[in-house]
Parts: sequence; C-alpha cells; structure tokens
Amino acid sequence: MMARVWVFDNNISTDDIIAGRYLPKFEASKDPSWLAAHVMENIAPSFASKVGKGNVIVAGRNFGCGSSREEAPIALKAAGISAVVAESFARIFYRNSINRGLLVLTCRSVRKNFKSGDNIEINMKNGIVRNRSINKVFKFEPLPNFILNILNAGGLVRHLKQTIGKKNR
Amino acid sequence: MGMTITEKIFARASGKNRVSPGEIVEAKIDAAMIHDLTGPLVIHVFQEIGAHKVWDPSKIVMVADHQVPANSVDAAQNHMLLRKFASEQKVQNFYDIFEGICHQVLPEKGFALPGRLIVGADSHTTTYGALGCVSAGVGATDMAAVFATGKLWFRVPESVKIVVEKKLPRRVMAKDLILKIIGDLGAEGANYRAVEFTGRGMRNITMDGRMTMCNMGVEMGAKNAIVPADGVTRKYLAGRAKQRYSTVRSDSDAQYVETHKYDLSELEPQVACPHSVDNVKPVTEIGKVEIDQAFLGSCTNGRMEDLEAAATILKGKKVNRRVRLIVSPASRDIYREALDAGIIRILVEAGALVEAPCCAACMGAHIGILGPGEVCVSSSNRNFRGRQGSPESKVYLASPATVAASAIKGVITDPRDV
Repeated sequence: MMARVWVFDNNISTDDIIAGRYLPKFEASKDPSWLAAHVMENIAPSFASKVGKGNVIVAGRNFGCGSSREEAPIALKAAGISAVVAESFARIFYRNSINRGLLVLTCRSVRKNFKSGDNIEINMKNGIVRNRSINKVFKFEPLPNFILNILNAGGLVRHLKQTIGKKNR
Repeated sequence: MGMTITEKIFARASGKNRVSPGEIVEAKIDAAMIHDLTGPLVIHVFQEIGAHKVWDPSKIVMVADHQVPANSVDAAQNHMLLRKFASEQKVQNFYDIFEGICHQVLPEKGFALPGRLIVGADSHTTTYGALGCVSAGVGATDMAAVFATGKLWFRVPESVKIVVEKKLPRRVMAKDLILKIIGDLGAEGANYRAVEFTGRGMRNITMDGRMTMCNMGVEMGAKNAIVPADGVTRKYLAGRAKQRYSTVRSDSDAQYVETHKYDLSELEPQVACPHSVDNVKPVTEIGKVEIDQAFLGSCTNGRMEDLEAAATILKGKKVNRRVRLIVSPASRDIYREALDAGIIRILVEAGALVEAPCCAACMGAHIGILGPGEVCVSSSNRNFRGRQGSPESKVYLASPATVAASAIKGVITDPRDV
C-alpha cells in the first residue's frame, strides 16, 4: 500500500483529533461525516479539507493521549486516513483504533524522517514502512495475530456479531 | 517473587493464582460506568453487535453529567437515550442530571471498593483507584463488549511506585503533588502502566486528595492509578460500601519498573501551563499571567476539601472585577454539605457564580466556554489547545487554592501570598 503522508508532532491528544464540542451531535446522529469535517481542527484548521482517501498520518510519541472518546479513530477513518504510524500510542486510543479497524503501527524515529507530502509504503507482510520520497526503510513492531484478525474483519463489532449476537437471540 | 496490588487484582478477576506484567488476561468486570457523552455510542455499538440483554444490570452504573441540564437538542436526545436504555435493561443505578459527576458519584454511592476491577467509558475512570481498586478507562466498543459479556481482555501493566513522605505545607494541595509528578515523568511517563501511590505520607492525604491524584494518573498515560486501602479508605467507605470487601496490598518483594520519591514538606504550588499537562512549573516561576476566568470544579477538584480551601481564601474578599469565577460542586451531596457548612454563601458573596453539579467548564461543550484570546486558571485536568472553548484560548491548571487566590488578584497568584 502506498499513500500520501501527513506528519504530526508528539502528544497529539484525542481533543486535538476531534474537539469535545463536536461529540454531542455525533452521539445523537451517529453520522461520522460530521466528525470528518472537523478532524484536527484545533491544531491544523485546513487538514480536514485537504486530507484525502487512503492518506497516512505519521506522528511522534504518545499519539491519541487524553480522552477515551472513540470518536477520535472514527473521525480519522471517516476523513480517509488508512493508517497511523507513530513512535508510540496512548493506550485507550490504540485499543479504540483496533476496535474500529484503523491500522495503528508503532515505529521508532519515524517523525523526523517524514515530512507532510512524502509518499509512504506500508508492507504488512515484511513488517516495514518505507519513505519512498527519500527511500528509507523502518521496521514496525509486529502485531499479534488476534489483533490482525480484528483489523482484517474491519473492527471488533463484526467479530462480536458472529459470536455473541447469535447466542443472545 | 511477589505481586503488586494491581497484579493481584488482575489475577483474582481472571481466575488465576498469579499474573505477570505483559501477560494478556481475560478478566471479569465488577462494575462498568457510562455517561451522557460517551454512553450513547456504547448503546449504539451494543445494539449493533446484536446483543439484547446486558450481562448484569446491577453492575452497570449510568450517570448524566457532561451536559446537564441539557444545553442543546443533541444533549437532550442523548439523555433520552440513556433513560430509555436504563429502563429497558433494568439498570437501577442510573443517576440522572441531578446527581453530579460520574467520578464523584461512583465512590460516593459505594460502587468503588478495594480489590474490585472497574471500567468506565471515560479516561478519568482512573479516579476510583483512590479506593484501592483497579479502575481503567475504555472506549465505546470495549464497553459494549463488557455490557454484552461482562468480560474484557487486558494486558497486565508494569507498575510504577510513587513513595510519598511527610506532610503538605499550608495551602499546598494534593493537586500540586500530582502536577509535580506529571511534570517530572511527562505526558507519556506512565503509558500502559499502573501507578501505585504509597509511603507513610499517603496517610496525611485525604480521600478527596487521593481521588485528585488518581484522577490525573491518566495524564501521564497510566492504565490505572491506585492507593492501597487503609484507615482513610475504611472511614470513607463506612456507610457507603454497596457490598462487603477485603483489602489488597502489594507484596514486599513485588516488582516495580520505576520508583520515585516525593517529600511533601518541600512541595510548592504548581501550575501546568498551556497547552500540555506536563508543562508544569512552580507558581513562583510563571511570571505575570492575567486571567479572564477561574474555574473551580470538575472530577479532579470539585470536592469538599477543594471548596473549603477556596472558601478559606475567599472569605470576606471579592473576586477581581475583570474575572469570572465559576464554581461547580462535584456532586449533589457535596453541594448540600457545602451549603450546610456556609461555604456556598462565602463563595457567592465573594462574587462566584455557583453552577449545578456537572462537568461544567472542563471540556468546552457545556458552560463557561472561553472566547478567542481568553485565559482561564482551572482546577480541572486538561489544558489541551481549545479544551475549554476557542483554540486561541489558554488554560492553566492549578489547585483550588491557587484558583481562588488568582480569582481575587486577577493574575495567577501563589495562594501562600493571600
């Protein structure tokens, strides 16, 4: 997979990804396009209008810190982001992303080796990401199979649908 | 090799004799909390799964606290959905808009008990660790899975030990201690880890102060923060505990990845400057910072000790004419107690606006929203850009004493100087 990159700094919070003021309307409407229109608004006001389908975020440490709001990965996905490659993730955001089927890869020293507009290649099979613009390769921490299965299913709900849904009926 | 209190609780909840950090366990949940801002999505996912009945309605606690009373049609609809779900699923423990903030209501009503494993669809669920339980924030999908099955998988966290000695000086509060710790360890300093507060000095920190400390554990990335139960805990729980409980302690040979020591007697008032919680400086070193608003409240610092500390400073004084002081007690019980103690009168006479118990100005989606360029000194837990309103506003985090002193002077002020 190849994609355009957007680079973000350390400690990007879920408040940065989607501000609290947009949650009530989403919770009431369940319309993710409402979130996509305001993604990263507080820190990068033009991001929402420029981000394209399949684009990848490359970030520093502690991506997704703060609030547990699952709207953060929902907003990123709805805006077209296909993966976040960061030096580290905050734990609730990391879990929420997997549960929502958003690929999250932990990869050391990527932030300084990418700039916005670079072209990234993610090779899941070999466990590497490549900055094609400078032809540099980085190894990411492999994901265990059970997490890959959730991601491949498009999130946890489909897994649960297949198991609990039937049992409860 | 021994186990930490957090490891023991995960072992018990997953039916094992022992667990080690890094191990993935499936654990039974003792209590699960949702509120009006994250709850509707949990309910939606629960229905999407195809689940019809919650695993155990007596273990679910629902609280309307973020946008109460409703400030928009969207908020009203979210409240309606919570009421409908509680009624359909026979959830008795539904606290509607009157009761206060979830992270005060659960301890107050006796749901947070030593040794328990609790999850909440809110990152500040770490608060309940003040009662000696493991308590962690989760997202909507994980919570929907808990509602359906009563179980969730966890990675057993490594533990960081914070050893606290001696006593806090006058007008220095537990908030100053946790801000200092976050400043030292950093916003990621405890990511994926358990933070255990221990040492003889913890005996001198009240339950209100312990909740403040555990509440902000998540601001350094912690999965859970925990204070092993002691006499202070038992006293708080007397007459509150919903069930019998037994206390859990770390073994003397338990393993910690890090240990940090703090001497309370040397601590000064601290301030977290914009726009990150770990941008912490002593109040004496921040220079002149003029404020437009001061906020006293939230799940971090809206408790009795916090209102008392502010009232002691504001008694017989006036809030600066340029400053709006907004106060929101953390719960109805605290509101009533503060009324009986004459504290609400002192605050109102000083010029404060006392709001209903709720999350209030903390998260920029209800009341007390900041305009462009405005500055707020806040007793809450986050100062991210735009957290309390305009992305061009600024939030400084401080103790209730510092908030009160600053409200009088109109600039961020050392509470030891007023």
